[in-house]
Amino acid sequence: MKITYTAEEESFRQSVRAFIEAELDPGTRRKVLNGLNMSKQDYVGWHGKLASRGWSCPHWPDEHGGAGWTPMQHFIFDDETSTAGAPGMMPFGPDMVAPVIWTFGNEEQKKQHLPGILSGEVWWCQGYSEPNSGSDLASLRTKAERDADHYIVNGGKTWTTLAQWADWMFCLTRTDSSGKKQEGITFLLIDMKTPGISVHPIITMEGGHEVNQVIFDNVRVPVANRIGEEGKGWTYAKFLLGYERSGMAGIPQAKRALARLRAIAADQEDADGTLADNPRFRRKMSDVEIQIVTLEATMLKLLAQQVQGKTPGPEASFIKIRGTEIDQHLTELTMEAVGPYVAPFAPEALDTGWNEEPIGPDYAAPVAPGYFNTRKVTIYGGSNEIQKNIIAKHVLGL
Amino acid sequence: MLSFDLTDEQQLLKDSVERFIERSYPFDKRRKASKSEEGYSREHWKQFADLGWLAVGLPEDQGGFGGAREVAVLMEAFGRGLVTEPWLASVLLAGGTIARAGSAAQQEELLGALVAGESVLAFAHGEPRSRYDIARVETTAKRSGDGWALDGHKAVALNGDSADRLVVSARTSGKARDRDGICLFVVDPRGKGVEVRGYPTNDGGRAAEIRLAGAAGTLLGEEGQAYPVIEETIDRAAAAVCAEALGLMAVLNAMTLDYSKTREQFGQKIGAFQALQHRMADMFVALEESRSLADVYMADVDSPDKAERQRAVSALKVQCDKAGRLVGQEAVQLHGGIAMTDDYQASHYFKRLSIIARQFGDMDWHLDRYAALTQ
Repeated sequence: MKITYTAEEESFRQSVRAFIEAELDPGTRRKVLNGLNMSKQDYVGWHGKLASRGWSCPHWPDEHGGAGWTPMQHFIFDDETSTAGAPGMMPFGPDMVAPVIWTFGNEEQKKQHLPGILSGEVWWCQGYSEPNSGSDLASLRTKAERDADHYIVNGGKTWTTLAQWADWMFCLTRTDSSGKKQEGITFLLIDMKTPGISVHPIITMEGGHEVNQVIFDNVRVPVANRIGEEGKGWTYAKFLLGYERSGMAGIPQAKRALARLRAIAADQEDADGTLADNPRFRRKMSDVEIQIVTLEATMLKLLAQQVQGKTPGPEASFIKIRGTEIDQHLTELTMEAVGPYVAPFAPEALDTGWNEEPIGPDYAAPVAPGYFNTRKVTIYGGSNEIQKNIIAKHVLGL
Repeated sequence: MLSFDLTDEQQLLKDSVERFIERSYPFDKRRKASKSEEGYSREHWKQFADLGWLAVGLPEDQGGFGGAREVAVLMEAFGRGLVTEPWLASVLLAGGTIARAGSAAQQEELLGALVAGESVLAFAHGEPRSRYDIARVETTAKRSGDGWALDGHKAVALNGDSADRLVVSARTSGKARDRDGICLFVVDPRGKGVEVRGYPTNDGGRAAEIRLAGAAGTLLGEEGQAYPVIEETIDRAAAAVCAEALGLMAVLNAMTLDYSKTREQFGQKIGAFQALQHRMADMFVALEESRSLADVYMADVDSPDKAERQRAVSALKVQCDKAGRLVGQEAVQLHGGIAMTDDYQASHYFKRLSIIARQFGDMDWHLDRYAALTQ
C-alpha cells in the first residue's frame, strides 16, 4: 500500500516524533526495544506524559478527552510510537472499562473514573474469568448479595492481569442464578483496597508474574459502584469485549517484533553470509510481513468506522484471531532465528540494572520466554475457538 | 526382514526404565532436582549406573550394550519422565565420542568410570557462531610441551557445569568450516585456563559456556580426523531426542485427552466439541506417524552406510520436530490457561519439545541435508 500524506499529516508526524524525542524515558525505551521486563512506572510515566499533551486516549470521544484525530492521524501516531519504542497502553482502563463507563455509567461515575483513566493515575484490572468459567464466561459464580446500599461479594477471579498493580477492578458478579446464565450478571466497579480482597500470584511457564488469582471474602461494594442495571451486566460485558478484541490486533508490537527478528537474522551467520541472506528465511520473514500489512489494512477500515461512531461488532473477532496468530508466528520465527542460544534460562537478564555479560548474543535472553508467554494470546480475551464460534454464529448465521 | 518388535533384551530394558519413571521419578522430585545446583539428582544417577543404563550404546568391550534402538527405548521413557539427569550429555555425546575416537587405554579409563557412575562427562562442541554447522570450529589447539593447549569459546555445552571431564573439539589446522583439522581433546574443567559458566536452561536442564585460554588437553584419537566422529555422534543425539520427543508427546496427548474428558464448559465436557475432537485426532496421528517412522528407521542410525544413516536421522528429526510443534502447541491451547502455568506439568513438556526443535539441527537444517542426500 502506498500511502500519500498531506502536508498536515506530515507535520503531525513531525510533532509526534518531536514529542517522543523530548518525553520518552530512555530507560523505558530500551526495555521496550529489547523485550525486557517493564515496571508499572514505565507504563504510568509514559501515559502521564501523553496525558499532559492530550494524547493519552486519543480515540475517546472529544467530550471525555479524546484527541479528535482522523484515522490517518491514529495510524501515524501508532506507527511513530511503536517504531520509537514507546510502551503500549495498558488496555484495561482506556480501551475496556472507559467505553463502558461513558456508555452505560451515570454522570457521577463518569466524573469519578474517567479523569483518572485519562491521566493514567488509576490502574484498572479485569475481573472476568473464574477457575470454572473460562471460555464459558457467562457461567461465572462470584456472588454479589444485596445488603442495603452495598453488595457483599464472595468468590474469586483468575488470570487477572497485573492485579498486583491495580487500584480498581471492573468485575462481573452474579446477583441472580434463577434464570438463564446470561441473566443475573451484574457489572461492578471495585476498589482494590476494600477489605476482604486478596491477590495471589500465578507464575506462568516462562517464570513471570503477570497474572493472578483474586479472592473476595465478604467484600462490601457500594451499590453506587454498579454500572447500569442489576442483572444486565452481560450486555455491558459483551460490549466491552468488542473493544477488547479489536484492540488485540497488536500491529505496532508486531512491526517491532518483525524489526527485531530482521536484526537477529542479520546477526546470525549462515552458510553463505547471514540468515537474513538465506532465501528461505527471507521468504518466511516476508510472509509474516504480508500478514501484518493485511491485518493493518483491515484495521484501517475498522478504525475509520469507529471514528464515525460505530461500535466494534463481531468483526472484532477476526482481528483478534489474526492479530494473535501473527504474534505467535513472530515469536516462533525468532526462536528459529536465534537457534541453539534459545536454551539458556536467564530471567535476571530481563531486569533493569543487570549488567553482567549476556549468555550468547544480548538479544537471546527474552526470546524463549517471549515464545512461551505468547502462547497465552490465543487463549485469553475469549479463546480463538470462541472467536470462530462468534463468526460462525453472528457473521455467517450458522 | 523388517521387525517392529523389540528383542527380549530390549523389552527388559524398556520395562525396567518405564517402571523406574513411573515409580521412582515423580514430577515434584524431578522439579526439585532440576532447580538444584547441578540440575539433577546424584542419587538417581547412581541408580542409573546400578540399573546398567550408563552403558547403553557404548562398546561391548567396555561393558556397554545396544545401539540406536536401545538408546531410543531409554530416551522415550526419559521423555515421559522429563528426566534431567545428564544421560545425553554424558553417555551418548561425551561417551560416544570417546568410544569412537579414543585409544583402548583412554576408553578403559574414561568409559569404565562413566559406566560405573563414578565420573560424569560432558561434550563441548558448539560455538557462539556455529548454529548447527558441525564443521564450524574456531577453537584452536597448539602443541605445548608433550601435550596441547586449547583456546576458544564453547557454547551451550549440555551439563558442562557438573562434568568431571569435558570432551572438547578444537582445530589444529585449517579454517572454520573446514572438515579437516578438527580434533577432540579431553579437558579437566577444573584445570588452569578453563572457565566454566553454568546456567539453567528453559527446559529444566543445565548447560554451560566454556572459555579456554591455554587450557591443557589430551588428544583423543588421531590429529585432525575428528569430523566424522563428531558428525556421527550428533546424528545419534538427534535421533535420541526424537525418541525423547515420542515420550513427551505421548504424555501431552494423554494429559490433553484426560483434561478434555473432565473439564466442563457450556454444560458439557470440552471433549464433546467436534472442533476439539478433530484437533486431538490430529495430535494422535502426529504421534503415531512419528512412532512408526522411529520404529522402522531407528535401526538405520546404526548403519555403516553414512548416507543411509543421515537420511534416517534427518527424516526422523523433521518429522518429530513437526509433530512436536503441533502436539506441544495444541496441548497448551486445548487445555487453555491452566497449561500456561508453571505449576501444571504440561507446560514443562511443551518447553522441552520447544528446545529439542533447536538442538542438533533444526527442521530446515535437516530438510536441506535430506534433500542433498536424495538427489
